[in-house]
Amino acid sequence: MSDMHDWGVSETARQLRSKAVSSVEVTTALLARAQANEALGSFLHLDVEGALAQAKQADAQLSAGAQGRLLGVALAHKDVFVTTGMPTTAGSQMLAGYQSPFNATVVQRLADAGAISLGKLNCDEFAMGSGNENSAYGPVRNPWDTTRVPGGSSGGSAAAVAARLIPAATGTDTGGSIRQPASFCGITGIKPTYGLCSRYGMVAFASSLDQAGAMARTAEDCAWLLSAMAGPDIDRDATSLDVPARDYAAAIAVPRAGATADKPLHGLRVGLPKEFFGEGVSPDVQTAVQSALQQLTALGAVLVDITLPRTELSIPVYYIIAPAEASSNLSRFDGVRYGHRAAEYGDLIDMYQKTRSEGFGDEVKRRILMGAYVLSHGYYDAYYLKAQKIRRLIANDFQSAFQSCDVIAGPVAPTVAWRLGEKANDPVANYLADIFTLSSSLAGLPGMSVPAGFGEGGMPVGLQLVGNYLKEDELLQTAHQFQQMTSWHDAMPKEFSV
Amino acid sequence: MQLVSKKALLMALHSEDMRRLARLARLDLPEEAQTALAGQLNTFFGLVEQMNAVDTDGLEPLAHPADAMGEAVTLRLRPDVASEPATEAVRAANQRSAPAVERGLYLVPKVIE
Repeated sequence: MSDMHDWGVSETARQLRSKAVSSVEVTTALLARAQANEALGSFLHLDVEGALAQAKQADAQLSAGAQGRLLGVALAHKDVFVTTGMPTTAGSQMLAGYQSPFNATVVQRLADAGAISLGKLNCDEFAMGSGNENSAYGPVRNPWDTTRVPGGSSGGSAAAVAARLIPAATGTDTGGSIRQPASFCGITGIKPTYGLCSRYGMVAFASSLDQAGAMARTAEDCAWLLSAMAGPDIDRDATSLDVPARDYAAAIAVPRAGATADKPLHGLRVGLPKEFFGEGVSPDVQTAVQSALQQLTALGAVLVDITLPRTELSIPVYYIIAPAEASSNLSRFDGVRYGHRAAEYGDLIDMYQKTRSEGFGDEVKRRILMGAYVLSHGYYDAYYLKAQKIRRLIANDFQSAFQSCDVIAGPVAPTVAWRLGEKANDPVANYLADIFTLSSSLAGLPGMSVPAGFGEGGMPVGLQLVGNYLKEDELLQTAHQFQQMTSWHDAMPKEFSV
Repeated sequence: MQLVSKKALLMALHSEDMRRLARLARLDLPEEAQTALAGQLNTFFGLVEQMNAVDTDGLEPLAHPADAMGEAVTLRLRPDVASEPATEAVRAANQRSAPAVERGLYLVPKVIE
């Protein structure tokens, strides 16, 4: 059983059910593996005792014949989901040692489905970043090359799954924070339609964009997780969509109309936005994505040229709207009700200022200031309102595109993972690298990253798939069929293959 | 891509603006941080200039994706009633991570002399 760490979610569940192995055995092995790989920086908190207690309970339930698809399967949570048994920091000094009085809905639902939580995963501070270098607790390293970033902001989630420390993890995506690290680390990730997963208990960054999702090695494993995570949370999240929860694992097993054994994607119209294939994309990424598209056609898909004319505009629009919402959301950190408080201060205002200046990192401060600026008197209409109007155009552009295609495909990011420190002093360079994930976030559409090959330096390249609202089933099925024909998702970083 | 247009430079943010913003955001910024941030923000607002060329007349701002999802999706408000019982146990759990609490009250520096 030395390869337990390489099983994935569905395989682990099958092994547990066949009694070939117990949840305590798998959990113990994974905890040891996480401890042995602390240098990766992916875990902020490892809950050894709690995880083993949960595993023991799961074993008892399994023996009693309990169902529950994720029963006994270990995973971990991005540290922006609040948890009762473990601290929650959101990667910030501001929340060092914070203990939530409640569980995030997503955390609770996965626990109810029988999943075991190994701990909390590193991320950019308040999920603001594309390289996981903005964490107050140190960077996460990319398992494929530990001198490179894992992507962000769900960098700890992506790195831990890629290094086989856990079979799956939760993540959050505001402007690409699930898809881009999934791409950089060679795993599969899905950001569902905005509102599909409850935001209750997710430390807020930009409320009209934040969305929880699943990260795992395969689309099938993502489908298993998402089925447990998604669904209405009417009383606790005013923006939770009132649509019935679905079984995505069952949905991807239902063949498309007209599909045959060798053409499972028969008739699927895959739209290629010309703006996603321009000179801004590095040649290695182009090559991998083009070859993935050829594989989709071999599976029966038809490629269609489309246009998303406001792709470039999505950068300023996003970086006005997200910081505006962030500056408002983060005003709650005042050193009074929870979190850090400065040791020395004068009056109340001075206490706020010193507390916030000590507690927030540079990128968070930058975005708070950007947000304060675009919302301030005299600039609100020119920046914030204007950005929201262009956001409307961006959403409309997608609906026009979906007239002629079922899913949209392209690169997740213009390049493979960059080196640690390479963009650390150039925030705008980081923003520009988000170009292909921002527009779908602004529109609230579901998107995925699917491993599609390797580029410069042997680093993974992800294929991005974007679907129309609530078409997670179609996205997951497309990715699943692609993974039946390819083995990129099985590749293991050499340093972590033992 | 030209990052900083002539127009952006004309309305560039200076240290003085940064001081005002920092005050609004309740952040204490040392002088050198103000200068660095002003430079970074000016680079970003260079990108923002391209928004001016977009004709947005008559468009409704999209504040929230649900508003773009069609008639199947509507936002709602829950009844305006307390969702948690007002017990001492709930209060204690909520105040567990508070920096300074006494007898169930949050402590702050004196605000009334």
